[in-house]
Amino acid sequence: MRVSLTINGDVKAFDVSIEEYLLDTLRKHNYKSVRRGCDNTTCGACTVLLDGKPVPSCSILTVRADQHEITTVEGIAKEAERLSEYFGHEGADQCGYCNPSIALTVHAMLLENPKPTDEDIKKYLVGNLCRCTGYEGQFRAIKKYMEDEL
Amino acid sequence: MNVVNQSHPSIDGKGIMMGKKAYTDDFAEPDSLIVKVLRSPHPYARIVSIDTSKANALTGVELVLTHKDFERIPFTRAGQGYPEPSPHDKFVFDEYVRYVGDEVCAVAAQSETIANQALELIEVEYEVLEPVLDFETAIDHEVVIHPEPEIHEMFPIGFKPKRNIAAQYSMEVGNVEEVLKTCDVVISDTFYTQAQAHVMLEPHTVNARIDYQNRLVLYSATQTHVHVRRIISQALKYPLSKIRVIKPRVGGGFGGKQAIHGEIIVSKVTLLTGKPSKMVYTRKEVFESSYSRHPMRFKMKLGAMKDGTLKAIDCQVLSDTGAYGEHALTVFMVAGSKVLPLYNKVDAVKFYGDVVYTNHTPAGAFRGYGAIQGNYALESAVDMLCDELKMDPILFRQKNMMLEGETSPIFEIMGEGTEGTAMIMESCKLDYCVKRGLELIDWKNKYPRVPLNKHIVKGVGMAIAMQGSGIPYIDMGAATIKLNDDGFYNLMIGATDIGQGSDTILAQIAAEELGAKLDQIIVYSSDSDLTPFDTGAYASSTTYVSGNAVLNAAKQMKELLIEEAQRALDTEVSFDGVTFKGQNGKEISLKELSNRLYYNEDQKQLTSTASYVGHKSPPPFMAGFVEVDVDIETGEFDIIDYVSVVDCGVTINPKLAQGQVEGGIVQGIGMAVYEDVKISKTGKMITNDLLNYRIPSRLEINRLTTEFAKSYETSGPFGAKSVGEIGIDTPPAAIANAIYNATGVRIKSLPITPEKILKGMKERGR
Repeated sequence: MRVSLTINGDVKAFDVSIEEYLLDTLRKHNYKSVRRGCDNTTCGACTVLLDGKPVPSCSILTVRADQHEITTVEGIAKEAERLSEYFGHEGADQCGYCNPSIALTVHAMLLENPKPTDEDIKKYLVGNLCRCTGYEGQFRAIKKYMEDEL
Repeated sequence: MNVVNQSHPSIDGKGIMMGKKAYTDDFAEPDSLIVKVLRSPHPYARIVSIDTSKANALTGVELVLTHKDFERIPFTRAGQGYPEPSPHDKFVFDEYVRYVGDEVCAVAAQSETIANQALELIEVEYEVLEPVLDFETAIDHEVVIHPEPEIHEMFPIGFKPKRNIAAQYSMEVGNVEEVLKTCDVVISDTFYTQAQAHVMLEPHTVNARIDYQNRLVLYSATQTHVHVRRIISQALKYPLSKIRVIKPRVGGGFGGKQAIHGEIIVSKVTLLTGKPSKMVYTRKEVFESSYSRHPMRFKMKLGAMKDGTLKAIDCQVLSDTGAYGEHALTVFMVAGSKVLPLYNKVDAVKFYGDVVYTNHTPAGAFRGYGAIQGNYALESAVDMLCDELKMDPILFRQKNMMLEGETSPIFEIMGEGTEGTAMIMESCKLDYCVKRGLELIDWKNKYPRVPLNKHIVKGVGMAIAMQGSGIPYIDMGAATIKLNDDGFYNLMIGATDIGQGSDTILAQIAAEELGAKLDQIIVYSSDSDLTPFDTGAYASSTTYVSGNAVLNAAKQMKELLIEEAQRALDTEVSFDGVTFKGQNGKEISLKELSNRLYYNEDQKQLTSTASYVGHKSPPPFMAGFVEVDVDIETGEFDIIDYVSVVDCGVTINPKLAQGQVEGGIVQGIGMAVYEDVKISKTGKMITNDLLNYRIPSRLEINRLTTEFAKSYETSGPFGAKSVGEIGIDTPPAAIANAIYNATGVRIKSLPITPEKILKGMKERGR
């Protein structure tokens, strides 16, 4: 089946099977920043924005995304680069496997809620698991990023 | 210091955040064959027959591999130095399957869909055997898990497969039995620790191709790329010189990627077909078919005098290595060797027991590596002893624990699989760690408990811990520094960055010694063809062992540079990292010198290579303090704060060190409270996805308070010791002690759940 996706602002057409998931379509077409962690929406590493909302691409059929806008971290490169400086200064980027998905989720959170409380941040990002940092460094980095950016 | 002891951002953080290709699967060839493994549905069975004809006939299936395609060579997947202290008890595929998820055979196909269809078409006839699922009954069980005659140990580790024993060990200092008779108070109790899953975010991943030089080239998400190369060569009898293993960025390991996973199978597929192939574990496979933490039973006896002098410790351990013996002996030994020296003033100490085979998912290396299990048992028992003695547990520890300048006979007796190495604690600020932790948690106003309202009680608890810094006389790390034109350097290291930031801190060490800026050091790590040897990322070795190698290579490079500058200026020179200043007033910059050496005069390539193997393993120490609020009606509790005060020597990068400690603390909290690999009565893993196996999320972590003691280890690079594992050790005991202080309920089996607390309170009420 032929689908048309707008990925990071570019219109792309792909032939996909009806059982193909968005994660596999994206990786197949060289969007390697989208990563598989768990297969069943529990880890957050495969997060992309679908019309601006964070979704787990491992569980969205590509055909369901037909005619929609997809954003990967490359689509928010400037914000990701800025956020990475805060992660760097807080020692928050360890293995980094989840980092692009966190950048996307932080971006989406701030669009929805420009002034999140500490609790809001933790709740919005709860689906983005991290096994390396203990979360504390990421939390400090995200807070300082928000203070400076907004 | 200009670069070391500074919190420089990770050298690769920006590229990683921005989604650059970095991880193993990002480098798979687009046309890779997809390799999938058919896995056993039975905990123990003999394969009577495998009919692969239907799978082979399926369009798009390239080949099916069974045990008949491999020479029968026993090996260990453990990923340790050679000869390994783990038994050679595994075949690539065998006629027996020994746990649910064990490898039956593999398919390679043109797509994942076809590979999965092919797996369903393979017809296997099993003779189902009775499994051994209770590790406490495994020894001399009528069912023998490893009856095959070819398996063996590489040197004596107490390997007795006919008795289901993978390894055995015992040691005694003094006479524990006699000393216990003289003690005023003796306590004795049994503790259980559970299996824990690593849950690194990146699943086990590997891909292979034959390159233009006809070499087998693998990208692997591994912690031990050189061991991986050696083990592939051994298991396939394929020349070591024709294999290249590259470790790209790794998405977390925690010990889970020390061992071999799909590397041998994809190698075989690519060698047979000539085509690139790849294998990515599903999360279910990561849970069921990789490794988890060795569950253990500890029978502890502690004896002390009324004045609080600890006299004797008797520690008998039973460890469950599951179906294969990866790390069986060494994890077991670390449960003693990196725990018992904490109380070094005892008259007698005994550590002994068995590591048994069961039909469980194999156990393997996991951050803490036995020390977290042993720490839970010992530090729980110490608090119980203090209760009997009616002595403050802080005072008791301060009286009995290891101090700077002291030693323990255990260091000399117990190594990892072999004898150990005597050493004096040249850096041990445990006393400061305890004192500072008391202040940070506000112990005096909270110990043992503060009722907050009718049903919530606040409690505090603590534990002390130690780990090591590499394996002396065994673990070797090496580094090469190369000078480039324009005056920047390449640092080539075998050391394996799996997300802990070793590329960054090793670059900091090189930059500090060379007087360079961090961005003048371009790091390449862990490519078996291009970088020098390193045993890999395990045993808390990188900062100390690989760091010393880097420091020595940088010292040598500095000498070479000064020699060349003196030749250029014809005088004695001093070097500040940028400019060489001659005594005759002449100067030459590093940039000018390096260009001269490349293009103009005295042309040569400057490189320096140094190796380091430790002569001791200076332990990092820490004190962990926890504050919990317990609901005495439901048994539920919140962890309000976790205070860590750590002595890891000088922190090369304080923020990255903090990240290591805090990541360890939260993984330790997971083990203490949330995580439990559960196996059904029929031997199937129940917790084989992230819905059923819960790791701590952001919401469970309220506050982590982390500080470092001012400490200097003279044998470490710029005073550093390791910090990768120490963080994980204290949470189980500290939380168990806090729950006891809040409720009077002593939890003797992990994890600490509301159900167990409630049950304990009901029993106390009776």
